[in-house]
Amino acid sequence: MAVLNVNGKALDHNAEPDTPLLWVLREQLGLTGTKYGCGISQCGSCTVHVDGVATRSCGVPVSAVADKKIVTVEALAANGTLNKIQQAWVALDVPQCGYCQSGMVMAATALLAANPKPTDADIDAAMTNICRCGTYQQVREAIHAAAKA
Amino acid sequence: MTIHTSLGRRNFLVSSAAVAGGFSLGFHVPFLDDGEANAQAVKELNAWVVIHPDDKVVIRIARSEMGQGTLTGLCQLVAEELECDWNKVTWEYPTPGENLARNRVWKNFSTGGSRGIRESNQYVREGGAMAREMLIAAAASQWKVPAAECSVANGVITHKDKKLTYGAVAAAAAQLEPPKEVKLKDPKDWKIAGKPLKRLDTVDKVTGKQIYGMDYTMPGMLVATVRACPVIGGKLKSFDAAKAEKMPGVKKILAIDGNAVVVVADTYWHAQSALAAVTSEWDVGELGKVQQATINASLKEGLDATEAFVGNKAGDAKAAIAGAAKKVEATYNFPYQHHVTMEPMNATARYTADKCEVWCGTQNGEAALAAASEASGLPVGKCDVYKLLLGGGFGRRGRSDYVRQAVLVAKEMPGTPIKLIWSREEDMTHCQYHPITMAKLTGGLDAQGNLVGLQIRISGQSILASLLPQNLQNGMDPVVFQGLMQSGVEAAYGYELPNLLVDHAMRNPHITAGFWRGVNVNQNAVYMECFMDELAAAAGQDPLAFRLKYLKPKWAAVLKAACDKAGYGKPLPEGHFHGISQVMGYGSYVAGVAEVSVSPDGTLKIHKITAATNPGHVVNPAQIERQVAGSFVYGLSAALYGEITVKDGVVEQTNFDSYNVMRIDEMPQVETVLVPTHDFWGGVGEPTIAVAAPAVLNAIAKATGKRVRNLPLMNQDLKKGA
Repeated sequence: MAVLNVNGKALDHNAEPDTPLLWVLREQLGLTGTKYGCGISQCGSCTVHVDGVATRSCGVPVSAVADKKIVTVEALAANGTLNKIQQAWVALDVPQCGYCQSGMVMAATALLAANPKPTDADIDAAMTNICRCGTYQQVREAIHAAAKA
Repeated sequence: MTIHTSLGRRNFLVSSAAVAGGFSLGFHVPFLDDGEANAQAVKELNAWVVIHPDDKVVIRIARSEMGQGTLTGLCQLVAEELECDWNKVTWEYPTPGENLARNRVWKNFSTGGSRGIRESNQYVREGGAMAREMLIAAAASQWKVPAAECSVANGVITHKDKKLTYGAVAAAAAQLEPPKEVKLKDPKDWKIAGKPLKRLDTVDKVTGKQIYGMDYTMPGMLVATVRACPVIGGKLKSFDAAKAEKMPGVKKILAIDGNAVVVVADTYWHAQSALAAVTSEWDVGELGKVQQATINASLKEGLDATEAFVGNKAGDAKAAIAGAAKKVEATYNFPYQHHVTMEPMNATARYTADKCEVWCGTQNGEAALAAASEASGLPVGKCDVYKLLLGGGFGRRGRSDYVRQAVLVAKEMPGTPIKLIWSREEDMTHCQYHPITMAKLTGGLDAQGNLVGLQIRISGQSILASLLPQNLQNGMDPVVFQGLMQSGVEAAYGYELPNLLVDHAMRNPHITAGFWRGVNVNQNAVYMECFMDELAAAAGQDPLAFRLKYLKPKWAAVLKAACDKAGYGKPLPEGHFHGISQVMGYGSYVAGVAEVSVSPDGTLKIHKITAATNPGHVVNPAQIERQVAGSFVYGLSAALYGEITVKDGVVEQTNFDSYNVMRIDEMPQVETVLVPTHDFWGGVGEPTIAVAAPAVLNAIAKATGKRVRNLPLMNQDLKKGA
């Protein structure tokens, strides 16, 4: 049995040390908001925060984050209040199918925490997540809107 | 957990008993494990509308939501006629099994071809209007006044100083006979439909609460993953699971359908790890020798083959071209494409001797039900499919291969729910790909630069031959001609030309072809719209002016609208160039103007796209804008990067590292212009995709003088002098 610090709680799991963090979150801890999209750190659907840094959880063995603070999309809303990014996402109706949007929201939240007024170029550099529905235009608008909020 | 089928089970058990005279279908109630189980049963007003005593309005939607917004749009149409309070609207999916048991009261579940709204608007609006009339009648009856003296707005019925909410009379209304006929509103009077309302399915998608098939879980569930023969059409000869069997969490290793190995384990990660340790031998026969070059050569041969199916013909194109002052000829290609839904294929199935149930995202609930029945060996009446939201569809989830596999595995472990997940690699290599085609176009111009004859020879793969051979017409696949058809409401050719011949030499490689968002309109628009620019250049005429000489009014109007908005013909920033294209597809008329620049080192920058759409009626302009912008991402991803290739019979691309798609840094600004003519119902999920590539390719030709005829663009060098 090992312990992982997820969303401010110490949670037990029994996954082998080389299990990707993604699958520990999804299958051991029931946090299915973090999505499987590619398994090779490309698409960003599995993005979580590891000590505040947006990280593709499919490429990180759980043993490598044993002493880190992990935050998933389920914990962004504090006491039921959506964070600024989530609010902007809702206000601008960003998601289409929505499958990539957990990762988008996590990446955008980390971006805004590090850079409260990102430029378009900052957004291009930070938001490498793939969306096949093509919500990019709304993603960009929503990040700017959240930065102004 | 948010799953929008829970209320459906309960309502249906009650309502169906009434409809069928006490006959209870006895559907399993899968989600009633929370407080809802104790809620009071509410009887439906009709198949589409359920109103709760607290005024909550539940609208039933048969089509599948996969991001395209059909769910919200259809709810708007029902709510418009129902005259309910939009803020009290929620929704649920009926199941395909319920549909079958109720004589298909919800009609078609299939969600493809941009048909959700355009094909069901009439009957869903009637459902809303009938429910409204029943609610008014119930209030009138309670007040003992004529129904005609009552008015209704926002879910409140009024007679003089008396008011009743829908919730207060819904139970009484549900006992009434539905009106024989209802008059639908004139769209001019719409208050809910036609407005840019927010989607009904957003909040859970930003909090991680939304449950997709991939996230679905049940008590006692096991997780399976599959490796099918890497050569599509090949067979499994043998497999060795000795090592994998001993790995953590593994419950069972089995072969299914004679072509795939499956590992069932306690978790996906354990299943996937063990599958990697299974060695397998395949029988691929001659298919193992197929190379991309073999496929290309076969298509090339078709370009000049004597035998071809004629799809569109006017006058005598060959004679007109032979006698023309100038002849223009070009050959284009369009490679295999993959849908790459963000959520890889998956389905959860539970089989017992007298019941087979499936939980999955599907674009075709009834096909999934049929697949469950076939794979389980149980009659359809003993099967059902509980639809979950899709993490992308794009045509891929119209097929039920993954449902069949999940049921086959579940059948081997009766009573145990099995969630079968395809890895991204399995998904990438076992698709029904956008078909590969080439086209040779030949045009004849007279001395004044008029197009006197046009011949288009398409060579390549047929989707129907691959998936639905029973739908071929004397061997011909009419779908191949999408966008180039003589007439019809689906995908008609917009040019009026005296001499035209469009034909198809069918060449079918072993790679399965399938419906890919936009289908054959995509490459046919590339062929036609790029060649129109080539013809205009040969005639020394402007591409817009050249097209307008031949375009029919509705096609011309939308192209002009896009060009007007984009400022076509007016000065652009230094080094920027416009390219245009238009098409009619899925019942709608669309056009695009791309503004691009190409740097001396060959770097392409797509600055802006201006897109015009005439979908006839507009149900939600905000969602149309999103579909249009998203369509450019889909179409331009294919144009820039999309290419599936074959080596030794196997698809070479396995994941996003070898099959790239567009990201935000390449996203142009998209401006959408809606020019509805309010005289028909067109779809919007697909048509715009087709104008993306030709508009950009035409702009590149202006910028560089280079005519790109081979996609994707990543294989082309746009550098000056290259």
